[in-house]
Amino acid sequence: MIRLETIHAPKVDVQVLTGGEGPDLLFLHGAGGLLAEDPLLNALAERFRVHAPLLPGYGDSEECHEIRDMLDFTLHTHDVMTALGLVKPMVVGHSMGGMMAAELAAVMPNDVDRLALICPAGLWLDEHPMPDIFAMVPYELPAVLFHDVEAGAAMMTAGADFSDLDFLQRFLVQNARQLGMAGKILFPIPDRGLAERLYRIKAKTLLIWGASDRLTPLPYADAFRQGIAHSELVVIPEAGHMVPLEQTARVVEAIGRLA
Amino acid sequence: MKFTWFNLMPWPHLPDDFRKQHRSVWVDIDPKLYDPVKGHAVYNDYLDMLEYADSLGYDGLGVNEHHQNAYGLMPSPNLMAAAISRRALNAAIVVLGNSLSLYNPPIRVAEEFAMLDVISGGRLVAGFPVGTSMDTNYCYGDIPALTRERYQEAHDLVRKAWRATEPFAWNGRYTKLRYVNPWPKPIQSPPPIHIPGGGSVETYDFCLDNVYSYSYLSFSGYIRAKALLQGYWDRLTERNEPDESPYRAGFAQTICVAETDAEAERLYAPHVNYFFNRCLHIAPGFADAPGYRTIKTIKSGALSQFSPNFEEAAHMSWGDLVEGGFIIAGSPDTVRERMEDMIKGLHVGNIFCLIHVGDMPIDKTKYSTRLFAEKVMPKLRNQWAEYDNDHRFWCKPLDQRATPGPVSARNGSEGNGGAQ
Repeated sequence: MIRLETIHAPKVDVQVLTGGEGPDLLFLHGAGGLLAEDPLLNALAERFRVHAPLLPGYGDSEECHEIRDMLDFTLHTHDVMTALGLVKPMVVGHSMGGMMAAELAAVMPNDVDRLALICPAGLWLDEHPMPDIFAMVPYELPAVLFHDVEAGAAMMTAGADFSDLDFLQRFLVQNARQLGMAGKILFPIPDRGLAERLYRIKAKTLLIWGASDRLTPLPYADAFRQGIAHSELVVIPEAGHMVPLEQTARVVEAIGRLA
Repeated sequence: MKFTWFNLMPWPHLPDDFRKQHRSVWVDIDPKLYDPVKGHAVYNDYLDMLEYADSLGYDGLGVNEHHQNAYGLMPSPNLMAAAISRRALNAAIVVLGNSLSLYNPPIRVAEEFAMLDVISGGRLVAGFPVGTSMDTNYCYGDIPALTRERYQEAHDLVRKAWRATEPFAWNGRYTKLRYVNPWPKPIQSPPPIHIPGGGSVETYDFCLDNVYSYSYLSFSGYIRAKALLQGYWDRLTERNEPDESPYRAGFAQTICVAETDAEAERLYAPHVNYFFNRCLHIAPGFADAPGYRTIKTIKSGALSQFSPNFEEAAHMSWGDLVEGGFIIAGSPDTVRERMEDMIKGLHVGNIFCLIHVGDMPIDKTKYSTRLFAEKVMPKLRNQWAEYDNDHRFWCKPLDQRATPGPVSARNGSEGNGGAQ
């Protein structure tokens, strides 16, 4: 059972989705955010004690204007880890969260010994420019995020009624807060120098990728594998960038191999 | 009243099927649509128009800043302002404006605006827009959630640079300079400052706090602008500000004048259609980068309330555009009546007249410009006579200003190297 708790970090109060029993696992979510019902989080909670902090501004959590650049993000993640009392937890991150996890492991290599990066952002390959999610309207997103676009679109719009003006305003406010925050490290190009820091990562690292990821296509997986010394790549078929939603069991199984 | 002849400088050669074949007029507009040889004629026509407006007694000549935009060909408004300042010798040079967060370091703006003010003899009216999200975020890569903080810091730096009597150090978050000491300094101390805004309370307050004029540069006309500008005046009342001078606000309006209403439609309808149909065709994904608007602004409902529906305007008839106030068009009498409604209704003293529209050629533009200057402007001049002494928001040129000297070697004693 995943529940929402609030902890005090030095700069801001942070909401954390937490639950399960087992070894500690720190989960860092992607730019789209995270809900308590998230299938991956719930599946991981069957084997781990899961801690998934929401980035400030996500959900209905407090914004933090003092977190501006990549170092601020990384130190904030470390502050949260410390506030949670975690010592060398397994660190798992998806997309933007994967970028944050990789940065954490590079900046604090002695604090992270097992790392799972699920189609992380953070690199840029000129030959494979990533689509610009910041210039897309919501209905364009499923095509770059999902292997099964139709099913993905249904997942994304479940419970949404854009003809309801109150809903629309809440959606716009949340979107601005969440993606505004994400944009600090992802806009206009999600590269804040991680490529030059990957060599510092000491953790045993698992790279998990959806075979038909159209947002961070497979050449990015190769670039991460080449950049991180002790890394292994697992490519999951019939999954796109949202592989945690599309092939939850396969992702959990892969992460299990790190434990 | 202050009438500024304002030119957006659209590219007039977008194809007829632009809307169908291309996704956006801005940001990722097809580069193949630009032709620099045609551009040579276009720029020179546009500069001629501005200078022509000066000769007819307009109070100001307006230019602005856009990037990667086929309806606004001025990535550097300062270049255009400099180009006209030596032939247009009377009107204010209204640069509306420089997007502060896009200049690195921002004292570039303090320097260039000072140059313009000095060259023109104190005729600069300076604009400090945040800049649209398309320009600032998508074209220039500024991080949306940090744009306003960067803007604010740049603003404070420019103002201090103009004010300072000694070199100073600036340890900002976004700009660090050991020696801030721009040369030259502006003649006006400081030049009057206008802020283009889009309905956020923060910008209303910013203008009131600093005694800046609030400009609403909309393309959707005076009827739809009512709520936004009323918000500004309401804010002023809420804050118990001492005066309601109409020069605290400005408004941009598309205006087309002919001898009769029918002639106006016949002459200008195709060009107005070109503007609303092609020039405002912007990919929706570029409208607003997440984080660019403050949460307070989104929550206030300002966006849904004020954001115009250009999709609708693209297919409107001439009659609908006139009726809806998108354009003020017709005979001098018709235009004067509508202008009076606008000036009183919005309570504005600064009017930015969008008289060149879309792909309007220079002869028609001059015709409309002249009719407005001769048959409309004089009748509106004294609309706010009771505020004639409010000079806070307009330039104060030198009484004795230099004029350009002769350029031909044959006309002067210098230049022939002393040869007999």
